[in-house]
Amino acid sequence: MSTLYTALNMTLIFSCPIIIAGLGGLYSEKSGVTNVALEGLMLIGAFASATTIVFLEPYTAWAPWISIVVGAIAGGIFSLIHAFASIRLKANQVISGTGINMLATGLTVYLCQIIFNQQRTQTFQTGFAKVSVPVLKDIPIIGPIFFNNVYATVYIGFLLVLITWYVLKKTRFGIRMRACGENPHAAESLGINVYKTRYIGVLISGILSGLAGGILVLTQDTQFTVGSIHGIGFIALATLVFGKWNPFGVLGAGTFFGLSQIIRMFVNSVAFLSFLPDEVFFAFPYVITIFALILFRGKGNGPKAAGIPYDQGARS
Amino acid sequence: MSRFKLALQDEHRSNLIVSVLAIILGFLAGLLILLITGLNPLDMFIAMGRGVFGITDAGFNIRYIGEFLVTVMPITLTGLSVAFAFQAGLFNIGAEGQMIVGGYAAVFVALVVKLPIGLHVVVAVLAAAVAGALWGFVPGLLKAKFNINEVVVTIMMNYTAMYTTNYLLKLIPGSSLTKTADIPQSASLSSSFLSSLTNQSRLNWGIIIVILAIIIFKIIMEKTTFGYELRAVGANRDASRYAGMKVSRNIILSMSIAGAFAGLAGAVMTLGTFGFGRVLTSFDGYGSDGIAVALIGGNTALGSLFGGVLLGALQSAQTIMQVYGIPKEIAVIVSAMIIVLIAMKNGLKDILKRIGGIK
Repeated sequence: MSTLYTALNMTLIFSCPIIIAGLGGLYSEKSGVTNVALEGLMLIGAFASATTIVFLEPYTAWAPWISIVVGAIAGGIFSLIHAFASIRLKANQVISGTGINMLATGLTVYLCQIIFNQQRTQTFQTGFAKVSVPVLKDIPIIGPIFFNNVYATVYIGFLLVLITWYVLKKTRFGIRMRACGENPHAAESLGINVYKTRYIGVLISGILSGLAGGILVLTQDTQFTVGSIHGIGFIALATLVFGKWNPFGVLGAGTFFGLSQIIRMFVNSVAFLSFLPDEVFFAFPYVITIFALILFRGKGNGPKAAGIPYDQGARS
Repeated sequence: MSRFKLALQDEHRSNLIVSVLAIILGFLAGLLILLITGLNPLDMFIAMGRGVFGITDAGFNIRYIGEFLVTVMPITLTGLSVAFAFQAGLFNIGAEGQMIVGGYAAVFVALVVKLPIGLHVVVAVLAAAVAGALWGFVPGLLKAKFNINEVVVTIMMNYTAMYTTNYLLKLIPGSSLTKTADIPQSASLSSSFLSSLTNQSRLNWGIIIVILAIIIFKIIMEKTTFGYELRAVGANRDASRYAGMKVSRNIILSMSIAGAFAGLAGAVMTLGTFGFGRVLTSFDGYGSDGIAVALIGGNTALGSLFGGVLLGALQSAQTIMQVYGIPKEIAVIVSAMIIVLIAMKNGLKDILKRIGGIK
């Protein structure tokens, strides 16, 4: 039983970055900009966070928190390249996003070389410390899974799901944003500034992806390497399809993909799995993502204008 | 100025202008990053010149030219792969994985299947093409039948390819934890002739495969009805469907053929450049290089060769750059900037037209 609790507990930790990056993708797509650059933005966030913590940890216990904020800011700034290309220069958003992913790969390793003289950052001594919530951790079932020995960042993930749901569904800003992703011409005719709204959408996606990258590296790793994000940004993109472009859907899908990531850690506890080679479990999250895309292929759930550059002059 | 204006109004020539501009700006961005990080940007160009023309401290060394061509080969093939899919309106980010499975298939045939000299290498190369094609077939099928975005699927296929072949490579008799045994001479693309011609570089018969691939690409695209249909599907999927073309079939075929080109890149690397199969810890990046190559070349056969030569020049200079203290990732940064800039070609054209005074 305790293995199961630990497994579910680990699932939360591994789902958290997927969910946060997925929410980032949601803002961008809802405003009408496809963002396949989530992976690269996570890389930037992870690099910035890992670098910050290496330099700050001797001085303050707040280093992990400061580091993920720096990661979020770095992701936000970097996302402006995608925003500028997609919104002002009417780029093919998938190609520009792919270019940004590649740019992030090159730039982060380049900066590691400049700063640390190696292909990766230095290792940091302590990432986030796990916390246990008094009283709540003693609740049966829920306690050991959610409140015992867990990173506080997990709660940030849950909180962001609620905030995103509220912002997109209940606020003026969210409704305007969705209008820009569904029918930008109609939105414009109602006085909404489509360009500005889309900039904000992409910027939020950059901030959240950067945050997700930072959390990932500080909870699952001891240093930043070029393999730190290993496709999680694309899996986050898949949570949008799987989760029907809904924040709670993203939560569910992200948890599912988080589970797919941790299975390899528990292989040895499960007799019938332990004879399979490691590579099967390494490949598992990616294979399962393809199957999820096949099973949950949506019919028109995505924002209709996502991926199409907005041109004030053109009428569709 | 008026000739410039005329060129801008012509679709084909304005694309060319934007590509050239993107290449220049991409390199400028690289220079800027070198400057900001306190390195001398001129060193990058000196390194490129030395790499391409083989000028060393000890004088001319033709070995550098051989190695330069060795870097051009795989990225030209992955470039053809991406370009072929682009022509049909599909974005193949999966060249990396298709190349990995192609490389595995080639090594498997080379080490496990016994065939006579002459036939062995041909079968190994064809096996690579078939394996790559299969890896392209899957996202093609999912796109055609279920309209599932090929971008996420191909990325997932890349990781799946890496882990699966890592496992399978280690099962081949004679493999260590990091690589397979050396492949036998009968399945090798290596050439003592080409190697001695270039002062013991790793230049190999893979170059013939690259040339053949370029010719095949050109013939399919320009001389066959199938190629015409592919381009029609790429230009307007719905119109092609109404015109009675088999859109689904064309999507599947184009991804499969794209995969075959990338698979060949795998064969060139394993049978030619390295002479063994490698267990990968991360991607080599030939797939993303292929995207840059295809975009630089306007998704044509000869354009991809040009793109391959340009990025090959940058990459073959990487070792020399490191002597100057320039991290080799600057090559990735420049290629990536070129991709982003070419993605913005419509916006760039608008800006150029405004500068040129065209409404």
